[in-house]
Amino acid sequence: MAGYIVRRLLQAIPVLLGTTFLIYFMVFAMPGDPIVGLFGDKTPPPQVLERIRAQYNLDQPFIVQYFIFLGGIFTGNLGTSFSGQPVSEILAATFPVTLRLAVLAVFFEMVAGITVGLVAGLRKGGIFDASALVVSLILISLPIFVIAFVAQFVFGIQLGWFRTTVGTGAPIQDLILPALVLATISFAQISRLTRASVIDTDGQDFVRTAASKGLSRSRIVPVHILRNSLIPVVTYLAVDFGVLMVGATVTEGIFNVPGVGRTLYQAIIRGEGPTVVSFVTVMVLIYLIINLLVDLLYAVLDPRIRYAK
Amino acid sequence: MPSNTRPDQQHYVAPLEETPLVAIDKVKAEGKPSNLWRDAWNDVRRRPMFWISAALILLVVIVALFPGWFTQTPPNNDCQLSNSNGGPVDGHPLGFTKQGCDIYSRIIHGTSTSLSVGLIVTFLVAVLGVVFGAFAGFYGGWIDSVLSRIGDIFFSIPYILAAVVVMSVLSAYRNVWVISLAIGLFAWPATARVLRAEILRVKNADFVMSATAVGVSRFRILLRHVLPNSLAPVIVITTISLASAIVAEATLSFLGVGLPSSTMSWGNDISAAQFDLRTAPQTLILPSIALSVTVLAFIMMGEVVRDALDPKARARR
Amino acid sequence: MKIKRSGVAAIALAAAGALVLAGCTSGGAEPTEAAASSAVITVNNTEPQNPLVPTNTNEVGGGLVLQNIFAGLVYYQADGAMEYDVAEDITTEDAQTYTIKIREGLTFTNGDPVDAESFVKAWNYGAALDNNQLSSYFFESIEGFSYDENVPELSGLEVVDDLTFTVKLKQPESDFPLRLGYTAYFPVPASAWEDIEAFGENPIGNGPYMLDGEGAWKHDERIDLVKNDEYDGPREAQNGGVDMILYASTDAAYADLQGGNLDIIQEIPDSALQTFESEFEGRTVNQPAAANATIVIPERLAHFAGEEGKLRRAAISHAIDREEVTEVIFNGTRTPAHDFTSPVIDGYSEEIPGSEVLEFDADLAKQLWAEADAIAPWTGSFQIQYNADGPNQGWVDAIANQLKNNLGIDASGAPIPTFNEHRDLITSRATQTAFRAGWQFDYPSMFNGLGPVYGTGAGSNDGDYSNPEFDALLDEGASATEVEAGIEKFQQAQEILFEDLPAIPLWYTNGMGAWNETVDNVEFGWDTWPILHQVTKSE
Repeated sequence: MAGYIVRRLLQAIPVLLGTTFLIYFMVFAMPGDPIVGLFGDKTPPPQVLERIRAQYNLDQPFIVQYFIFLGGIFTGNLGTSFSGQPVSEILAATFPVTLRLAVLAVFFEMVAGITVGLVAGLRKGGIFDASALVVSLILISLPIFVIAFVAQFVFGIQLGWFRTTVGTGAPIQDLILPALVLATISFAQISRLTRASVIDTDGQDFVRTAASKGLSRSRIVPVHILRNSLIPVVTYLAVDFGVLMVGATVTEGIFNVPGVGRTLYQAIIRGEGPTVVSFVTVMVLIYLIINLLVDLLYAVLDPRIRYAK
Repeated sequence: MPSNTRPDQQHYVAPLEETPLVAIDKVKAEGKPSNLWRDAWNDVRRRPMFWISAALILLVVIVALFPGWFTQTPPNNDCQLSNSNGGPVDGHPLGFTKQGCDIYSRIIHGTSTSLSVGLIVTFLVAVLGVVFGAFAGFYGGWIDSVLSRIGDIFFSIPYILAAVVVMSVLSAYRNVWVISLAIGLFAWPATARVLRAEILRVKNADFVMSATAVGVSRFRILLRHVLPNSLAPVIVITTISLASAIVAEATLSFLGVGLPSSTMSWGNDISAAQFDLRTAPQTLILPSIALSVTVLAFIMMGEVVRDALDPKARARR
Repeated sequence: MKIKRSGVAAIALAAAGALVLAGCTSGGAEPTEAAASSAVITVNNTEPQNPLVPTNTNEVGGGLVLQNIFAGLVYYQADGAMEYDVAEDITTEDAQTYTIKIREGLTFTNGDPVDAESFVKAWNYGAALDNNQLSSYFFESIEGFSYDENVPELSGLEVVDDLTFTVKLKQPESDFPLRLGYTAYFPVPASAWEDIEAFGENPIGNGPYMLDGEGAWKHDERIDLVKNDEYDGPREAQNGGVDMILYASTDAAYADLQGGNLDIIQEIPDSALQTFESEFEGRTVNQPAAANATIVIPERLAHFAGEEGKLRRAAISHAIDREEVTEVIFNGTRTPAHDFTSPVIDGYSEEIPGSEVLEFDADLAKQLWAEADAIAPWTGSFQIQYNADGPNQGWVDAIANQLKNNLGIDASGAPIPTFNEHRDLITSRATQTAFRAGWQFDYPSMFNGLGPVYGTGAGSNDGDYSNPEFDALLDEGASATEVEAGIEKFQQAQEILFEDLPAIPLWYTNGMGAWNETVDNVEFGWDTWPILHQVTKSE
């Protein structure tokens, strides 16, 4: 087992190199000159443009820029944003906020999704099953900004249960509403996945065996059915956690969460290469670790899964 | 015909042909061999849910192929700002968009774009996801490492960045295929990971061991035994991702890297309507309903197929 | 120039609003009976995109901060009228050499004196190319400035004594004193030069407010300002301070205004355009500002040169119903254009001969288009390039539809994903279609809206328009020593623009804002910004 973990961690090195190269290339390939953009609708003299380009090494060929960045990583200097803020500071400020938000959102969708999926799966074809389908359908066909606006208006402004946006320091109680909104996106997937998996497991021999042994339903459901249904669900939750760590651009914008999604989107639009690449690098690391943990968790959920080799 | 009892026999024993056991154990040699897909077909065609979803899908496809059968109003011409966000009037049953275009006509004409994007992306995600997930999960070892890490790289690339780059580089070819490629190319790792997990679980099941013991080749085991038994979660995810793809097209169009605004699509209209959410919610809700109904049809179909393909679930009925 | 990346830039005041507001500001900047309070007001802002160094800040997020923590030689009242702030007086005899005297006894908040050095050093720093300052070109008309080599000290700047310095320009420019309220011309304290990077993070100014200690700028979250008790000038703060909450989306800010977490919003999101005036009845502002929007049609496009081009441009202008677009798409938060500048600019007139071309007339449009077709038949489609990361799609589609309906041609928007690419295509002249443009005035002068945009070879003349007659009138206006004489020339210059239509004027951007009952005396300036120092707040 220890060998497996070490091997997995070593794999992170080529993945990181590959990803940073790819991302740097994509930022480089993005059309548009970020320096021209700094001047808004006005056109600066070309000589001024050239000098500022040189300041950010944007006049260098792609491969040189990439190695300057890579060299920076090893010396702990990730570069600065156009506003003069060190990228490392931006990382340190935004990741903890988004992490809190993502954990909260995954928690909500896990509780709601698994509960609904389990009940729907056990009573397949019933009223509850049908209504769960309708609710998840409504949620997936509404764009996230609609859900976010409505939630903000009803719970933040009308009822006043939550602060309308996230206050300074992004305290947990302010993050509950945006986390609930985020949870609605994947609620459909999680509940449908759980339902399918439960139906699948419910018909298996070991469940029938357990029932014929005289075990009560209240014991069979959590111990035999649920546990054996969780593998696809856990996998999806992990994937979703990764998505939330980068992708909550719209929701973070609407609730003014000073997190990764908002900052990364701005950096992409502005063409701030070092910021984008640094963010994605941290993302890859987080994602690799989550996946490793999930793979280890499989073995716990299903003892037949082993990573010998 | 032999007698029913033998001399030393104390009990009557029914001839083999007469026992009910035969009915269970006998293989009908003269019939065609049992087949997963044939069984599934025999199963689904008895279900009303199948026919309802099939009818809906057929309807959506016909609308997509022949929009002219359903509306005479051109979707993009004669948009008058004086009709902006107007309610239904004679000849315009659903009213008008912000730009004063006919909503009904735009929904009808947008069907083909949205449906194509949804289907192409879903197909792409399913194929890439199944190939990567199945091989990684079943073979394990270095194959798993390589395939899974490729998935990790694709997954970590921010989807907006990827889409902006792909669509800008291919800006001369902004059509349904390119936009589907931009969405699908970065969406498959989720499916791959879920399938991989399911295969990790299934490949240790008894029937796989049996097949191995009998000497069936590894690839054949994967194809005939492991994969069919692992598809349930993939079907669930891909049918829902049909909806996500249609909505993603909306987001991309909104960011300016989607289809040109002269191309009708539900996503374009949903995005354009967002600013009038407070004052004219119907301009957003109507295309959303079209989206919901289409997705509902595919989810129901997915549900029926998933159920039919699952022999365990069938046995219980 | 204050930039909003979204393009259709921010706001200020004018027409109907300007008249009303002119009434209450004519007596001076300070509100008449406001009781000064120590309560801190909150206002929305965006994360500054550059370090907070005056010569390196050219966008709204950082601009609003600098405007409140610095005091320049002059400042602009709500209606755009100029008044001395730090300057004792500014004199010239030939509109080319200016003598600037500074009031005595002024200091920065760290005790450094506000003297001639603090201006001259800051301007030299901003102008020297090696320092890569975004606003370097604001010093281009000062003698000695060069784009080809680094000039550490401009020969045109000379310190006479502690409180006096002279500025010599390359040629006479009568509106030079008017520019001096712009951010780039603010003074910088002597201590800043030890570590200008640290200064950009914690700037020290001489304005009505100062940063609330080190680290008051919490990136992406907030910037807290407190009242500067030492400030001696016309803009004394009537409140205890300003907390600027930084938002990435105006929708979030608007929700906070509704939820009572914000006192003032200086921008209205598109989703609330139809409702904000009823939701905050009596506590809103919606008035034209010194910013406008146009569609530029470069002469290099096929069918748009010569006589044919003039006819087609006029046809397109007549085919656009500006009233309808501003009313339906913008809910009256844009004001249809009647000239190439803005109603808040001195010399504005709706009666300039030739401005009839901006009136909607579908029949005339068709007729002109047909006349052009007689010269050379129309081919292809008319496209308008815009950046899709700003709120442009709605109005571009609406105008494209009007052109389709009224001219019977194929017309559509051409979205470009990012603002960067949109501007890059335009400045590299790779754009082969018409494109949207916006101009936000740097300072309230008619010349600023014409010279840099339509002068031959001028920096922001992205359509490469060139007309010697127009250039000559501009020069005459710029060197006129009498304000009225200058304005007359600029208006005549606009007559030529109406004939040539290098760009189709669409509308003036309005200053929009709203506030809660917690605050009083809220007023918005010509540049779209709330005038924060005069706001009072009940405890």
